[in-house]
Amino acid sequence: MTQTGWTAGRSARALASLALCASVVTACGSASAAGRPVVLSYYNEPDSSPATQDAANACSAASHGAYRIVYNKLPSAADLQRQQLVRRLAAHDSSIDIMGLDVTWEAEFSEAGWILPWTGSEAQQVEADTLPGPLQTAMWNGKLVAVPQSSNTELLWYRSDLVPNPPATWGQMIADAVQLAKEGKPHYIEIQGAQYEGLTVWFNSLVASAGGSILNANSTAPSMGAPALKAMQIMSQLAHSPAADPSLSVQQEDQNRLAMEGGTAAFEINYPFVYPSMKSDNPALFKNFKWTTYPQVSTSLPLHSTLGGIDLTVSSYSKHAALARQAVLCLRDPANQLEAAVKGGLPPTLTSLYQNPAPEFVAMYPFYKDILQQLTTAAVRPKTPEYQAVSIYISHTLSPPGSISPASNLSSLTGQIRDALDQKGLIP
Amino acid sequence: MTTTVDRPPVPPAPELDRRDKKRLSKGARAEEHLGWLLCLPAVIVLLAVAGAPMAYAIYLSLERYDLRFPNLQKFIGLSNYGTVLGNHYWWRAFLITVIITVVSVAIEFVLGMVFALIMHRTLVGKGLVRTLILIPYGLVTVVAAYGWQYAWTPGTGYLANVITGTGAPLTHTGESIAVIILAEVWKTTPFMALLLLAGLSLVSEDLLKAARMDGASAWQRFYSITLPLMKPAILVAVLFRTLDAFRVFDNIYILTKGQNNTGSVSFLAYDNLFTGLNLGLGSTISVLIFVTVAIIAFIFVKLFGAAAPGSDD
Repeated sequence: MTQTGWTAGRSARALASLALCASVVTACGSASAAGRPVVLSYYNEPDSSPATQDAANACSAASHGAYRIVYNKLPSAADLQRQQLVRRLAAHDSSIDIMGLDVTWEAEFSEAGWILPWTGSEAQQVEADTLPGPLQTAMWNGKLVAVPQSSNTELLWYRSDLVPNPPATWGQMIADAVQLAKEGKPHYIEIQGAQYEGLTVWFNSLVASAGGSILNANSTAPSMGAPALKAMQIMSQLAHSPAADPSLSVQQEDQNRLAMEGGTAAFEINYPFVYPSMKSDNPALFKNFKWTTYPQVSTSLPLHSTLGGIDLTVSSYSKHAALARQAVLCLRDPANQLEAAVKGGLPPTLTSLYQNPAPEFVAMYPFYKDILQQLTTAAVRPKTPEYQAVSIYISHTLSPPGSISPASNLSSLTGQIRDALDQKGLIP
Repeated sequence: MTTTVDRPPVPPAPELDRRDKKRLSKGARAEEHLGWLLCLPAVIVLLAVAGAPMAYAIYLSLERYDLRFPNLQKFIGLSNYGTVLGNHYWWRAFLITVIITVVSVAIEFVLGMVFALIMHRTLVGKGLVRTLILIPYGLVTVVAAYGWQYAWTPGTGYLANVITGTGAPLTHTGESIAVIILAEVWKTTPFMALLLLAGLSLVSEDLLKAARMDGASAWQRFYSITLPLMKPAILVAVLFRTLDAFRVFDNIYILTKGQNNTGSVSFLAYDNLFTGLNLGLGSTISVLIFVTVAIIAFIFVKLFGAAAPGSDD
């Protein structure tokens, strides 16, 4: 539908320039070269809110005719987004200028040479105000290769009518749920247990909060060890307790949201989108719908929750890389991030937006202080070009959570991750 | 993905034996040359669109080749084959594929035969009956698969809570495979029926009448006369469907995305090619599927022996 509008607009402009040419013949050649803005094609996840398109329009206007950003929507599933980008980049497609990458793809794209590092003043500009967690996702081999546009992290949501004092640790939360079950009250803990990326996110948060990591610091080998064992034990313990939703093994974020809104659960680990949703879907429950930070493994160990979000990058094959970098800096400037946060529900990556919060931001994100804390101490998912394989092995080994046998799964998963890093083996 | 070759069974053409060929006149030989010349464009096109990609896939299967790291590309001989054949994911996918193939083709053959007989014997409304039976085959597989997916998902579907105890059949391995087989059977039984119908027309009415005169029962006439005479058609129908079923992809892609151990070998190839971006291993799986399919075809032709179309009989 926009196609016809665009064509109509273009022919109108063509007519106008023709008329201009006719009147001022001498100036015609240079005017058409300098006057027509460079078209930058921008590929990002599909935004159901107007925020992404608004940002593209605002930046095009602010460039004073230097460029015009055309926003192309990628498929909604992350796997399909990656497939489309990867296929085109592998073929050195120059028609992509700006890309929105999931925070787990930077190492792969950078290692393949599809995106170039940011340097000099542009890099400094990016690093200046960006929160440490999101900034970590945009680094590979010590270089800045992308620009954090939005972030995300899960909080613990709970029903204050059932749980007056929110638990701080996984152990306490499971104990609370067991107690509620004994009293015959809603008691499920809603969490992502299906065989997909969400399960990897859960495992990653647990391993980090247990003081470990999935890969070593250089991403050359699995680290795993005792913290990974502890993580698997917690997952298994939850799955075998009355706290587990019977549908745990197929639940993703949205099923969790629906279960919580349906009133069968007492706790929910989920992203902030559940908050406005509860407000509109179940106003009665909303009164008791409270939040706190992600559970810890133990009170003596610091909390690290996994980060989501989008980083903007410029393709190595773009013919307008310098302009595209300018456009990226504009697309993620405070005004556009604020609109994306308020209209699109995506937490910003800029420290200043949290430190001097706008009133509309506070209204949308009453929990912004908890988000800020978690983005500052966040756990980044394993940074390796082989992330896809690593994540698939994790979600296949640990799903369903009820079938985890920690000791044997630890050794088999460690072996599979080693294979993935060595680029050996099939992915299931 | 499932491409079907829509070809009615060709009755074996009377072939010239070698002595006859020697005695061919000059004119006949010129005609033969002309025949080959006329075929040539088709042969060239086939070599370009089918032969070349296949040769390239075989070449890729001997390489270490990751789409992301073209610089690391190198020839590694048969080591990809070792990796795939030594991997339990391959054998699990192979087992799942064999189960889906055997069960769905067996059901399709029986149902297809029933439908073929119905279409053959119907006296009134022949066109209507045939149209009704052929409708599923006319639908796009992906569209039909979405229909089944919604039907079997609690919340959107009318079947999820009716039949199974768990209420979410697409979340369990066994039930998911049953749903995949059902979708396959529903979709391709008409194809089987169509090929068998062509075979039924090979059976001469006179033979059946004569058998009836001799006191053969309906079952005896079917088993001892109709079936043997239909053998070439049955071979084509079952062979085509087996080869097709072994490459099952689209129904799985829509119904389960290969979750809960429901991925077929084609699905494994897709995952390693498109998610893993591993052209070497992915091509190896593709070549192994091709080899398996060739073996299946070979076994079928041996099993049915002289009945195979094109054999000297």
